[in-house]
Amino acid sequence: MDNKAYALKMQGITKRFPGTLANDHITIECEHGKVLGLLGENGAGKTTLMNILYGLFRPDEGQIFIDGEEVEIQSPSDAINHGIGMVHQHFKLVDTLTVIENVVLGLPTMKQVLDLAPAKEKLLKLCHEYELFVDPDAEVWRLPVGQQQWVEILKALYRDCKVLVLDEPTAVLTPSESNNLCRAISKITAQGKSVIFISHKLREVMEITDNVTVLRDGKVIGTIATKDATQLKLAEMMVGRAVEIERRPRAKVPADSEPVLVMKDVNVYDERGVHALKNFNLTVHAGEIVGVAGIDGNGQRELAECISGLIKPQSGTIEIKGKPVTGVISDPSFLGFIPEDRHKTGLVLDFTVAENLIIKEYMKAPFAKKGILQYKEIGSHANEMIDKFHVKTSSKDVAVKTLSGGNQQKVVIARELNPEPILDIASQPTRGLDLGAVMGVHDVLMQERERGAAVLFISAELQEVMALSDRIIVLYSGENMGDLDGDTADQAVIGQMMLGKRI
Amino acid sequence: MTSVILIDWLEAILRWSAPLIICSIGEVYAERSGIINMGIEGIMLCGALCGVAVCYYANSQVAALLACLVLGAVLGLVVAFLTVSRRTNQVVTGLMVNMLATGGTEIVFSMMAATRHNRATTFSPLFPEAMQQIPFIGKIVFAQPWSTWVAFILPFIAGFILYKTRWGLNVRAIGDNPQAAETAGISVIKVKYQTVILSGIFACLAGGVLTLASSGYFAAGGMVNGRGFIVMAAVVVGGWDPIKTMLVCVLFGAADAAQLRLQTIGSAIPNQFLQMLPYVITIIALTIMVKRSRVPKTWGAAYDGRKD
Repeated sequence: MDNKAYALKMQGITKRFPGTLANDHITIECEHGKVLGLLGENGAGKTTLMNILYGLFRPDEGQIFIDGEEVEIQSPSDAINHGIGMVHQHFKLVDTLTVIENVVLGLPTMKQVLDLAPAKEKLLKLCHEYELFVDPDAEVWRLPVGQQQWVEILKALYRDCKVLVLDEPTAVLTPSESNNLCRAISKITAQGKSVIFISHKLREVMEITDNVTVLRDGKVIGTIATKDATQLKLAEMMVGRAVEIERRPRAKVPADSEPVLVMKDVNVYDERGVHALKNFNLTVHAGEIVGVAGIDGNGQRELAECISGLIKPQSGTIEIKGKPVTGVISDPSFLGFIPEDRHKTGLVLDFTVAENLIIKEYMKAPFAKKGILQYKEIGSHANEMIDKFHVKTSSKDVAVKTLSGGNQQKVVIARELNPEPILDIASQPTRGLDLGAVMGVHDVLMQERERGAAVLFISAELQEVMALSDRIIVLYSGENMGDLDGDTADQAVIGQMMLGKRI
Repeated sequence: MTSVILIDWLEAILRWSAPLIICSIGEVYAERSGIINMGIEGIMLCGALCGVAVCYYANSQVAALLACLVLGAVLGLVVAFLTVSRRTNQVVTGLMVNMLATGGTEIVFSMMAATRHNRATTFSPLFPEAMQQIPFIGKIVFAQPWSTWVAFILPFIAGFILYKTRWGLNVRAIGDNPQAAETAGISVIKVKYQTVILSGIFACLAGGVLTLASSGYFAAGGMVNGRGFIVMAAVVVGGWDPIKTMLVCVLFGAADAAQLRLQTIGSAIPNQFLQMLPYVITIIALTIMVKRSRVPKTWGAAYDGRKD
């Protein structure tokens, strides 16, 4: 077929990294005025492919055509000059600068002495045209993440891009913001611009795209017109087997089950003085999973951190099995805590797997004797954990940062849950993991429930909260919006509560 | 009598602050782009010697300043190559430059016996001598060499460049988020080179001004006497803003000038304590102010390109 028909064609792209083949002869084609979905699990090679398109990586093989002409893209400025705009999964915005400063940053057409007034005018026109409203003079760090994404999109449109790449754009958006995004995308394509929409959420891909290319393990599994696809079919292509998150069958929690975590009238203010938890009450019983639903940033982090003693509530009481929480809990048989950011707080990335596994108990026997680390004990403990929790790693002695996200999380889980704590807090434990790894985490949490642990499961993914929880509470703006039974809870009702409606 | 001392003190504040301010301009740019050039102490020392030597032998102040400019650029380039391209630790690199400068100037100075006993011609006042007769401010302001005037105008120009030009925007972006700047199509490495070279140039010129605007001779290793480090503190306390940094430089200049004057009028406080004054003020200012200012996010960190 004539290449001219495509706004963008990447042909036979191959990229090798030491030890892996990230992209294996990938070909994608994006038509004018259409949305191409790029679907795949984490590590399937989507982001690598897009970084090649944007000049951040150089491909080992393959060609890139724009409007039928072969182009060389060696740097982001080449990509911008060829009309490619990209909204990265992790935003490339300078927080401390204003919106308009971010928009004009790096623009070769700006005069040496900045004249921002016409730029602001042009930006506001774009805001209206695409109904993505932002204040040009606001500093970016003050904006909610949704609006930061508008800035990224407007930045690309300001540069008059022909192909706009959106890498997992909805991960940070509320449902209503997602609708805004959909509307903007249809306006963008109506002008003949093309959009590449990267996601692993099937529903969105079905709604937004015209064609879908599915990637797995660095290879193209297939490309189909969205109207001929079903969610189930795409899911099978994506993971290579049939999948669906179903509610886990379980026995009822006994009515006389002992309360483990009791929180009464807890108030927490975060470091900026925002009232993060408001008169919060919660009881979690032994052998019960309580799911916390809610859009990210509504007090979830503060909830997890005040229970684990990392932050001190301004008022109220928190008791675990009758003992008040007064400081950081260091007894691993008391509390197992899977923090929401495994890179920053869960692991020391440059330490080995073995070291990370004992990081909470390194000073105790048998891992240390008279202040000297016992590497033999540490090593055999590590091998035991690697077997028991199925951690895929070449050795116990490699830096934990070389493991995949799912296996890093297994290391955290092994460390936190192996001592059989009476209370587990799992804060966003499946974030950024692919489906297989998500299932693994769910299995572990169900086992913890069977063991009789009290489990507090915090997640922004409503589907998994509903699949796993015996009881569901909804957090909105630091308030507990209500307590629902997991068996009978209705997704639509929870969705409303997540947006602040009391039902 | 007291008014004479007061006038003398105020005059000295402005004169002493000038080299600090000039040096701070370049350091603000370098640190805003993420690189801490700790070598400014040593580069200033080189500038002090270079200014005196060239001025004395070539008998030209213009030649002296040009020489400082070139020497500063070369030294800045060395620091930039090490910290930006080779990604060496910025503290260690700075220390090394400072030690090399102390030893280097010592050797060169020992070969220039003539400058030991003969003063180089110092900078002339900007305004006609008659204006110095104006009571009070005449002595304080109009007796100042032209370099002082330049020093106090520079921060405003530097502020304009930092906040109102494309290049300034690039510098601010790079210090806070080099990856974002790179994806916006800016050459991070190039801009970092530019700012670090500028910090070398301004430090070297400040050294030249230090000698040529006052004594006209070089006094071995103790010449700069920690002024480079004081500038580094001033930049932090001044929140990486050229004008606020200028005000902090004046505060430090005032402390420095005060301790000298207190020594000469025979204060009851021992000399050694008076000499500590500027440094004590620096430490107090750092403790109070640092928390309030927003540090460039990649301050002092090496940038290795394509990392996410």
